[in-house]
Amino acid sequence: MIRFLIVLVIFVMCGAAGEITVTHGMKKVGEPARLRPHPVLVFLGRAFCSGWFWMGVPLMALSFYLLMVLLSWAPISLVIPASALSYVVGTLGAKYILKEEISGLRWAGVLLVCAGVAIVAAG
Amino acid sequence: MGHQRRLRVKTLFMVSAMVVCATIGDLLLKRGMMRIGAVELTPSGLLRAFHLTLASGTIWLAIFFLIGFMLTNMTVLSWADYSYVMPASAFGYAVVTFVGMVVLGESVTPRRWFGVALICLGVVLVGQTKPRTTKLAGAPAR
Repeated sequence: MIRFLIVLVIFVMCGAAGEITVTHGMKKVGEPARLRPHPVLVFLGRAFCSGWFWMGVPLMALSFYLLMVLLSWAPISLVIPASALSYVVGTLGAKYILKEEISGLRWAGVLLVCAGVAIVAAG
Repeated sequence: MGHQRRLRVKTLFMVSAMVVCATIGDLLLKRGMMRIGAVELTPSGLLRAFHLTLASGTIWLAIFFLIGFMLTNMTVLSWADYSYVMPASAFGYAVVTFVGMVVLGESVTPRRWFGVALICLGVVLVGQTKPRTTKLAGAPAR
């Protein structure tokens, strides 16, 4: 059980860290000037050259691998609802690392989504 | 249209595109893998599954949509908050439940409907907040 919890924590942290790193990279690249094919392609070209993007991808890959490991140890009805914690961890990362303002309304929404995903995934 | 309203419309449009791409991609992947059948966890079984996967048009179509999901996700995160996009994209769970019921004829338990209702309510609450609360660091990509 302790082994499961430790890997679950690492899985959630790696997933959130990867996504926060990619988000930071995308903010550094800057948004496309317009939502038209050419500016979006230019944006994506710059995004794929971003070091932050390539730092985030291995973290997300590690998180995916750990999910596979967790699924080999425990039933999916336990693993996937537990992984809904990533919504809370991701929001905390967004607040303290990306410096996003998380209002009470947004927290309420995140917690409802987290509970909803856990219930849906439990089947 | 005001700046905030334009930002909200643009963000919700991209999040909807993300959800559509992810849902279609997941459903096609499921259909493709069901056609391939259960994968044997032996070297020869994995190699056989790999060859069948490469030969499956359905799985290539699924990969196309999942790449679409990744690119729309990257694009929307260039201007919108991660804490806005992440919960809003959970609306995909509700879409998958509806599609599963209508297209695949799956039965949905009351508990699952309750979970879907919580997700929808959560997404509506997050949707009421500002899509961006930070300053943009980079110059627009032209």
